[in-house]
Formats: sequence, structure tokens, C-alpha cells
Amino acid sequence: MSAVRCIDLCKTYRQGDQDIKALDHVDIEIVEGDFVCLSAPSGGGKTTLLNAIGGLDILDSGEVWVAGQRIDCMSKGELAGLRLKQIGFVFQAYNLIPVLTARENVEFVMQVQGVPADERGCKSEAILEEVGLGGLGDRRPAEMSGGQQQRVAVARAIVSRPTLVLADEPTANLDSKTSGELIELFAELNETHGTTFVIATHDQRVMAYAKRLVKMLDGRIVDDIDKRAG
Amino acid sequence: MNALKIIVKLAWRNLWRNHRRTIVMLSAISIGAWAMIFMTSLVRGMVNEMLRDGIRALPGHVQVHHPDYRDDPSIENLMNTTREELAASLLAAGIERFSARVRVPAVISSERESRGVILLGVDPKREAAIAAIGSRVTEGRPLTDVGDGGVIIGRRLAEKLETEVGKRIVLMSQDPDNEIADRGFRVVGLYEANLEIQEEAFAFAGRMTIQQMLGIGDFVSEVAVVGDDYRVVDPLLASVRLSIDGDDEVLPWTELDEYLGTMMMVMDGFVIIWVVIIFFALSFGLVNTLVMAVFERVREIGLMLALGMRPSSILGQIIVESFFLLAIGLVVGNLLACLSIIVLSEGIDISIVAEGMEMFGSASVLYPEMEMQDVILANVVVLVLGFLASLSPAWRASRYEPVEAITKV
Repeated sequence: MSAVRCIDLCKTYRQGDQDIKALDHVDIEIVEGDFVCLSAPSGGGKTTLLNAIGGLDILDSGEVWVAGQRIDCMSKGELAGLRLKQIGFVFQAYNLIPVLTARENVEFVMQVQGVPADERGCKSEAILEEVGLGGLGDRRPAEMSGGQQQRVAVARAIVSRPTLVLADEPTANLDSKTSGELIELFAELNETHGTTFVIATHDQRVMAYAKRLVKMLDGRIVDDIDKRAG
Repeated sequence: MNALKIIVKLAWRNLWRNHRRTIVMLSAISIGAWAMIFMTSLVRGMVNEMLRDGIRALPGHVQVHHPDYRDDPSIENLMNTTREELAASLLAAGIERFSARVRVPAVISSERESRGVILLGVDPKREAAIAAIGSRVTEGRPLTDVGDGGVIIGRRLAEKLETEVGKRIVLMSQDPDNEIADRGFRVVGLYEANLEIQEEAFAFAGRMTIQQMLGIGDFVSEVAVVGDDYRVVDPLLASVRLSIDGDDEVLPWTELDEYLGTMMMVMDGFVIIWVVIIFFALSFGLVNTLVMAVFERVREIGLMLALGMRPSSILGQIIVESFFLLAIGLVVGNLLACLSIIVLSEGIDISIVAEGMEMFGSASVLYPEMEMQDVILANVVVLVLGFLASLSPAWRASRYEPVEAITKV
């Protein structure tokens, strides 16, 4: 079954006097449990596609379907509800809320969802342990390294078991060791929980873990490689 | 409930994120609230004292007199009913705090000086019960009864007449036949009032003594009636009007002394204007603080929206943060104001400007008076207008597009 289906997506940005096509008639379908890397040089359209799938950006045209629901015509409130329940996000930077501790950041989405405190506490402890941050739950983001912060963001993205995790350049600010650990964590979560991952990256190490590699250029998909097939 | 908890938690922690800015803003709100309450208490104290002094200066809360007495307060306009009948009517209506007086213009002469005064023939016990001027005798003795043959004058008048307790004076007025009526009196006491002008204006003697001097039988010029609260005179006015028969006029003090009545209304208006002006000065700081707070947190707000927080929750977060700021500032401001009022409860000596103050009826010692309605008004204005002022930055924050906010540099 499709986790994501995009039909003829178009998005144009205006930069100075120029129109830049961030998405140029993009069609893509991603099945549940897949581990997809979107690869493109800067400005190639991968972040725009990721944002379109996450309902963060408004498109010029096209349809986006997530978990069987068409989201491009949803209201802001409906999109917020969808993101809250179905989608986990990991961004390149500024991923955490600085005034909350690591545990509170992990619990944030669950708290907004209305999960009871006891359940939140158990789940957040378990997930922090799983991402290798057991015992660091009381630290604020400013007291953690970049890698640890990204792990907290990953923990937050997956703790409420979303069907889809969208990650935008998750390793861009990390050293190679931490990047490796993070990608291994993604792969493990994909295997063990069956979570669908869509990762925008130009990091070769991340691409190496992908089951499917989608290459983009100038807002178009120019190559789509399913590694399992080959 | 969970969403509310996270909103409150975020608002509280964000409030203390920039300690210095928060403390500066809290100080501004606290000082503003203090100024609203304390300064209002000072002015309220001054005006209340003026009102009380004005009412003590004989009108009472409600007064009964001849319909023409206000235009011509002379012996010709005595009341239509005798004092005994008036007293019986008032007592029958359950009204006990009243005093019937003869009040006529007179000339008072000592061995050296003569001056014009208002001569009052009073029942000393009833005057004391309504706390009218003349009750505070500081030298000599007070009048003992309605037949007392002595006279009490103000300390200031005694100085002007160059007389003193024990000395004789002559009081001269007009009887109903337009003949001169005069009598010698011994000064038995000197009274003090808050205003020197009052000490110069009135001379008191026993009511019956004056009635005999003027030959007016048991008739009086006015009956002053006092209730529990000078601000709420309508029920008393209605009772007195019901109990008085005949053509005599019954008026509240606000109509008897329109200057004082207007003063009370002006004071209420002043409090509102004062509170709103201070709030507007504060609101610039408040809005600036919230705008800065939102501006600094654009990416975080974008992140929260991206994670699924509803725009209404972002709006709520900024409003709750503003509420915390206002509430803490108000608590501190209220405490400071209470403390200031307690410390200054003995009064502030403004005798250095007493002469100027006396011109519009104010005493030389200022007692701050905190009224609950003023405190509630100040707090409600700050909270309600503060809430309205915070709507703009809060609304702006909730309207961000997540993708634009997250990528904001």
C-alpha cells in the first residue's frame, strides 16, 4: 500500500526577477516500510518535495496523498492534525525546543496528542534508551552535542509511532561517526518498526543505506533506483 | 488538558528565557500598577477628605430646609414645620442621626474687632453624633445643651478677633421683623477644623439660646441628616422625603454643594483616565517585549507548527506568556502600593503648600485611601487591555507558515 503518492507536483519560487521551478511535474509513489533517499544538488527540489509531502508548503498544482488521504487541499488545522498523528519530522538544524529538556522534547508531540503523563514517561524513557541517550533526559538542548540533539529529534519523530518519517539533511551538521550512528538508527527503526523513511540528503553514506534512491535535478526526478530490484 | 499544560509550560519557561528583558518589563508593569493604585489612593484620599470636610461643614448627607432658603439663607426663610414636629417625623421613620439648626448670618464683635460669621444655634449632642465641624473643641469646653449660654468659635476666628476663652463677645443678627437682635456671650471654647477657612466662618451656640435671641419660637433653618455612606445617599434621601410633610425642600449634599458633588464625579473620571494613560505607556513596552519574543522564536514556532501544534495553541502560548508577565507585575505592583499606603497611613504633611491646597478645600495632611473599586479597576484594565495588546504579536506568531518560519534566518 502507498504511504505517499505525489501526482504532477509543481512549485515555482520567485527569486529576484527569476522564476525558479522547485518542483516541475513530479510524480512519485512510496510504499509503506520503504527507506527512500531523495538526492539532489542544492536547489534541486528535494527539500521542497519533502515539505510538500509533509504538508508544510503550498503547491502551485498537483496532488499529494499521505496514508490514503489527499492533503494538498486540507486546511491548516487538518494538516496540523495529520502531521501530529501520522508524520515524524527531523530537520537539519534547530530541531529542538530550547526551553524543554530532552525528555520533554521527546514527549512534546505526545503531549500535544493528549497522551497521558504515565504513558508519555514510559515511552520517552524507552525511546531515549533506544537512541542511546538513556540518563540524559534531563538535559536541555544547549547542554548536548549536535549528535545528541539529532538523536533526541529522531526519538521525538518516532516515539509516537508515525507511519512516515521525513528527514531533511539530518546528517548535515554532524561528524562522520555520529552521522553513521544516526543512519544505522534510522535503518534499524525501519527494519524493526516498519516505519517509512523519506530522507532528503546528498550525503553518500546515507544513500548507501537507502532501499530506494531518487535523484532530482532542477525540480524534476531524473533517476529512480530501487536497490532491492538490482 | 495536556495541550494546555504544554502551552503553560512553554509560556512560563519562555518568559524567563531572557531574564533581563523580563525583569525590566516586570519592573515597568509593577511600577505602573503601583503608580495606578498608589497615586489614585493619594488623590482619592485628598478628594475624600475634601468631601468629608465639605459635608462636615454642615450640609450633612441630606438636608431639609425652606424652598427659598438656598437663595436667601436668612431668618425670613425658616422651615415651615417646628423642630419638634420635624424630629418626631424623622424618628418615626427610623432616622436618628440628624441635627436641627438655626443658621443665620451675624456679626461677631470682640473688644477689638468685628467680623461677619455664620451663627449656628445647635443641639451639641446631635451635632457630635453627625460629626459636624465645631465638635472638635481643643480649648475650653464644648457646648453642653441646647440652652447653653456660651459660644464656641474657631481658633482662627479667635485670633482675628484677638479674643480667647473666658472673654465676652457680642453677636448681632436680624430677627423676623427685620429688627436688630443681639446678645452678649462668653467664649466658652475654641474648635479646630481641617481648614482654617472653616475656623473663621462659624460660631456655635445653644439652639434654644439663639431661638430666644431671634424670637423664632421652636422654628429652625435646616435639618442635616447623616447616613452610613455619603456616596450612597439615594435611599436616605427617599426616606427623608417620605417622612417630611409640607413644603420644605429635601436635597442631597451633591446638590447642596455642587462643587463637591462634581468633585466626586470628576474623581471617578480621573481614576479611569489616569489608569488608562499609564496603561498606554506600559503597553508600548509590553507589545515590544512580545514582538521581540516572537521574532526571536520564529524558527521554534515554525518547528512546533511543523510538529503538529495548532496555530491556536501558538496564539494561546503568547497570550499566556503575556498573562504571566502582567499577572506577576500586577501582584508586585499591588503589594508595593499596599506597602506604600501602610507606611504612609499616618498621613503626608503637605503643610508647605497648605495655603494653596486650602484654596480648593484640601487639608494640610494627606491620607492615602485605597478603595477596592480603584484597585479592581487598575488590575482589570491592565489585564484586559494587556490581553488585547498581546493579541497582535500572538496572532502574527500563529499565522506563520511552518516552512517559512523554519528557514527564517
